[in-house]
Amino acid sequence: MSRDLGPGDTLGRAMRPHRAARAVDERKPDQVDLFEYQARDIFEKHGVPVLGGIVATTPEEARAAAERLLPAEGGVVVVKAQVKTGGRGKAGGVKLARSADEAAEKAGEILGMDIKGHTVHRVMIAEGAKIATEYYFSLLLDRAERRYLAMASVEGGMEIEQLAVERPEALARVAVDPRTGIDAAKAQEIVEAAGFDADVAPKVADVLQKLWTVYRDEDATLVEVNPLVLTEDGQVVALDGKVTLDANADFRHEDHAALEDKAAADPLEARAKEKDLNYVKLDGQVGIIGNGAGLVMSTLDVVAYAGEAHGGVKPANFLDIGGGASAAVMAAGLDIILTDPQVKSVFVNVFGGITACDEVARGIVEALRILGDEASKPLVVRLDGNNVAEGRAILAEAAHPLVTLAETMDGGADKAAELAHAAA
Amino acid sequence: MAIFLTEESKVIVQGMTGSEGQKHTTRMLASGTNVVGGVNPRKAGTSVTFPAGEGTVDVPVFGTVADALEKTGADVSVIFVPPAFTKAAVIEAVDAGVPLVVIITEGVPVADTAEFFAYAQDKGVRLVGPNCPGLISPGKSNVGIIPADITGPGRIGLVSKSGTLTYQMMYELRDFGFSTAVGIGGDPIIGTTHIDALAAFEADPETELIVMIGEIGGDAEERAAAFIQENVTKPVVGYVAGFTAPEGKTMGHAGAIVSGSSGTAQAKKEALEAAGVKVGKTPSETAELARALLS
Repeated sequence: MSRDLGPGDTLGRAMRPHRAARAVDERKPDQVDLFEYQARDIFEKHGVPVLGGIVATTPEEARAAAERLLPAEGGVVVVKAQVKTGGRGKAGGVKLARSADEAAEKAGEILGMDIKGHTVHRVMIAEGAKIATEYYFSLLLDRAERRYLAMASVEGGMEIEQLAVERPEALARVAVDPRTGIDAAKAQEIVEAAGFDADVAPKVADVLQKLWTVYRDEDATLVEVNPLVLTEDGQVVALDGKVTLDANADFRHEDHAALEDKAAADPLEARAKEKDLNYVKLDGQVGIIGNGAGLVMSTLDVVAYAGEAHGGVKPANFLDIGGGASAAVMAAGLDIILTDPQVKSVFVNVFGGITACDEVARGIVEALRILGDEASKPLVVRLDGNNVAEGRAILAEAAHPLVTLAETMDGGADKAAELAHAAA
Repeated sequence: MAIFLTEESKVIVQGMTGSEGQKHTTRMLASGTNVVGGVNPRKAGTSVTFPAGEGTVDVPVFGTVADALEKTGADVSVIFVPPAFTKAAVIEAVDAGVPLVVIITEGVPVADTAEFFAYAQDKGVRLVGPNCPGLISPGKSNVGIIPADITGPGRIGLVSKSGTLTYQMMYELRDFGFSTAVGIGGDPIIGTTHIDALAAFEADPETELIVMIGEIGGDAEERAAAFIQENVTKPVVGYVAGFTAPEGKTMGHAGAIVSGSSGTAQAKKEALEAAGVKVGKTPSETAELARALLS
């Protein structure tokens, strides 16, 4: 290995893995990233000092928000693009406005902008602040140590990742016990480790304890404040926040469902989301359906390798139908995949553990019946495991002209790739 | 021997009277697991009848884990209760002194897992899961939902985050069989890691070769590689799912700061190979690598 694994080097991309990996990690999307304005509102709810901020989706709303936020004696508001990606400042997604009209104008410029593939649908109009110093703070899961980790630095701002690499000593890392969290003593430990000045340390420590209540009471897996600022008038304020919520805890947070962003960039993903399918659109020709995230991920690989011998065809999607695949789920999944115009063939790869292969086979037959003429692309089906003989018999008996049975995962992948290439 | 689970293991089921609990207790009994009791405070003193061979077997239901332990001498508890009740169930098992608690439940809030893991660790209790298929020592005992009929006892130890990929790999190597296969689960916080299982397989005289299955994301595989380099003398064959997964969107900085790894399958493969692990690009290729080492 080319690098050292220090005590803090533990999360991997725990918080931000690949899209497909996230699908793997989570049968339903159980990590919910919030927009900045949502994080701001949650901070405010728990007493974390924040500046006034109002979300707007049109220039007119931005104007109204600015009218409410601009001080009578004159001042500035900040128009901030609300996108779930970094680097919006550099992309021109954050602009100052000195009047309500200017706020509307800047909002008009920012709304609709593309920032790293994210279209800006909302801006937040935020109060301006005179910043004396910028700090950094985050609290998150430490997967390897199986507890929480607080990170803090008196050198906040944009380039915190660079700071972590170039001068790791400037970023304090403090382990946090999930049972006790950040109490007064832990907050003190963190501000000391980060080297906050004595005059500001008590204020920061107080904010950290409030951020802990956000983390605990909202079932967050990430609370990040960058920057946490000291204003010229001596206030410690969370100026920008990122919060990730654990959707597995939604059963104890009735208000969290409303925070989830139902919009998906891809129309097929949006439809799949409506049907509660764990689907990720990819750029390829072989539609994939499988059970269990790891097996589906593996199926993508095997199809991609098989495609090398068949004109370079690739998997068209990730779709995990999970355990106990009913006919309805199979039909919904096939419907999504078959309406993807890129798809030329489909590979269904199921290893029946709890899932019975005869149920899956019935699901396929039923799905093809429901879809009727809409099902027009060849299906290669590989079944193994629980009740496999019955499952294969059902498909053999149905003898659907579009369905080919495969004996092995590799063989099925090869056949599906071959069929996709032939149809391309 | 096998790891964690042997023919001596006595198993209780928390949530045995629920539909999932009953279904899987039936399967566990059918594969020879010594299920000695269930726990449900509202049904204490009753029993549940399960099919057993030609006849049936009555498994008693106890009001508490402590009572079940006192009456049966159980040393494993498997949990099939809903996510909202999982933390209380684990803490009850830990308090009662069960040395091994296997949590099948999917969808447990990670804050709950973080808390009960810390609690179990203080008391020296091993947890497997949550959100895992459990573990099987073929021919000896089967705790969880791994199908028992894929293969039999043998010389391979298997550890994997993924359920169905575990089944696929057991199937690929069914002619060799397994000492123990452990599905550790894919949640952000899990009770037993790749490293824990690797250490146990290294110490198990019945295990001659270890198959380790990983996935993209996180850096558990890289950490396992570092552990193998230092501590494992037995041959290890690896597989990482997700070589062809595309790069995705990222947000925020905290995760990347803590990470030393890019999280890609290629990075994991390289880390494992640097530690002397043979890594297959597909399940079948991985099986071939294991086959070559065992033959």
